[in-house]
Amino acid sequence: MELLGHLADGFATAFEPLNLALVMIGCLVGLFVGAMPGLGSVNGVAILLPVTFFVPPTGAVIFLAAIYYGAMYGGAISSIMLGIPGASTAVATTFDGRPLAIKGEADRALVAAAVASFAGGTISVVLFTLFAPPLADFALKFGPPEEFALMMLAFATFIGLGGDDIPKTMFSILVGLVLSTVGLDIISGNPRLIFFDLPGFYKGISFLVLAIGIYGIGEMLWTIDSSRGDVKIAQHNVTFQRIMDSLRALKRSIRTMVLSSGLGYFVGILPAAGATPGSLMAYGMTKSMSKNPENFGKGEVNGVVAPEAANNAASTGSMLPMLTLGIPGSPTTAILLGGMIIWGLEPGPLLFIEAEEFVWGLISSLYAANLFTLLINLAFIPVFIWVLKMPFTILAPIIFVLCVVGGYAPSTNMHDVWLILIFGAAGYLLRKLNYPMAPAVLAIVLGPLAEKSFRQTMIGEQGNVLVFFERPLSAIFMVLAVALFVYPLYLGRKRKKQRAAEAAATEDGA
Amino acid sequence: MRRAEYVVAGVLAIFSLYLMVKSAELPIGWEPGKGPGGGAFPFWLSLGMLICCAVIAWRNYRRVTPESRSDQPFMDAVSLKLFVIAGGSLAVMVGLIHVIGVYLAIPLFFIFYIGFIGRHGWRTTMALALITPVVTFFFFEIGLKILLPKGVTEEWFYPLYAIFL
Repeated sequence: MELLGHLADGFATAFEPLNLALVMIGCLVGLFVGAMPGLGSVNGVAILLPVTFFVPPTGAVIFLAAIYYGAMYGGAISSIMLGIPGASTAVATTFDGRPLAIKGEADRALVAAAVASFAGGTISVVLFTLFAPPLADFALKFGPPEEFALMMLAFATFIGLGGDDIPKTMFSILVGLVLSTVGLDIISGNPRLIFFDLPGFYKGISFLVLAIGIYGIGEMLWTIDSSRGDVKIAQHNVTFQRIMDSLRALKRSIRTMVLSSGLGYFVGILPAAGATPGSLMAYGMTKSMSKNPENFGKGEVNGVVAPEAANNAASTGSMLPMLTLGIPGSPTTAILLGGMIIWGLEPGPLLFIEAEEFVWGLISSLYAANLFTLLINLAFIPVFIWVLKMPFTILAPIIFVLCVVGGYAPSTNMHDVWLILIFGAAGYLLRKLNYPMAPAVLAIVLGPLAEKSFRQTMIGEQGNVLVFFERPLSAIFMVLAVALFVYPLYLGRKRKKQRAAEAAATEDGA
Repeated sequence: MRRAEYVVAGVLAIFSLYLMVKSAELPIGWEPGKGPGGGAFPFWLSLGMLICCAVIAWRNYRRVTPESRSDQPFMDAVSLKLFVIAGGSLAVMVGLIHVIGVYLAIPLFFIFYIGFIGRHGWRTTMALALITPVVTFFFFEIGLKILLPKGVTEEWFYPLYAIFL
């Protein structure tokens, strides 16, 4: 019952005129950002975070959460219409969305994507509402050793579940952590890593500078390179009657929606996993459970429903550890977390006590954001299709300018703008060699917290490193972290043996 | 790809070494009563970066990764051209901001990028080149009260400040 009371208060916050307007604008912006090839929720949130500093924190986070949601919906639009995913989270949507569009049933695919996203979002917000308070209560017991162990676990999930090259993932995490130490040392007060004695480094490197560099400039450079400007749009004929028919036909997909939402939500909670693997797993699960799996890949509506329900559910799921533990579940929530710190809120379990209005306002606005995104999405389908025809040579310079001005605004220092350019170029070049960049952004956000909790523990325990394994909770986290770390190594060895055995077998046969 | 992998790992290794040297300006060991020194955290993590670079190079040598077996060039001529145009014009724009300010640098960038590179019509180009600075001015300077760098054009804005601020 207490929960319903909180939720009612939250809705009162969410429906304040300013916040409601922010939800709507955020959904609309998010839909566009998501629909743009090459831009996803993380790019939208990174580029637009500086813009939110003029509204109160509750409004700011509501706006960004709405962008997050909108982008998850929007990603499907370019997957279906252009056959290129608007964001990595919508990759699975192309598998069946594109064939549907080629068959001339783009509207069916778009409606299925919108409704599935709504179902995924709503189911996961309900799960979120139920799980968040108990998890926050539990997390209140954490001391510095547990905090540090939990962060180790977050980094280990990138190594174990990220699926990227392991030494490169580790490098990315480490470089993020080291960059987070630039500036004044929190404990001794000494300046550290002041490169070339530039005064701009004294206040440290903001996570925002790295995020805008990588997800703004770097992503644009990457998209310019990989698309080379040649994009074809599917034909479309959208009428009200066809939309209603498509809606009615979705009754058969309810089971898929519910199952995929649940799966997406739990995958989303894990740091590093998030919406992209969540949507791919949901696609695979739906295909294997289907009575006619051979239809998948040829334009099966459930093949659109599953990944879209899952990626929206995962985006809500990734907010759970961010709000309750202070550990982001995805790159987008890592940026939200950094934003919260700038707004003067300390993410973590205390948030549920100290900033009750903020937390419940956010949760309630997620319900509202889902509804608005569904309505805006259905109403604006023709507009999105028109915008998608906008040539990249217009879009790219606009985004570049937005990155430059947005990067300058928070610190009003050109030093940061140059850093953004450097990070952007470096991020683009490293990405060409498959260095994952998300771990670095997560690490630069968590770095100061990780260092603080580590050093506090070390001071308190007189340098006894084993303390992380002596306290029960932190021991569990550490053991899990070690397991995640070892798992890919074990997997690699096993595969190698298998391959060797197969090679031996073929040689015997010959 | 193979050569690029070596070169990048090498550059990153040098960067890691530089970070280690820079961190070592502060104590990197245990300080009695104060715990780990201020330079410890970045120093040992940079050492980790260095080790990662070595492993990356080793795996490239052993041809374990897809990149190490790829014959694709790291940057073909088209990629390089696109990168130099986009990155170069962006850097020139940011450099120009120091001298002539945001409100001249942005239109010039648009004229170059949309007009010359994108080959869009003059009407589109000029519309965007004129509207964007106006929107930027009202959003940042008037709405958010954040003054953007104006370089030598600072004086031109005094009348506008007088009206709006």
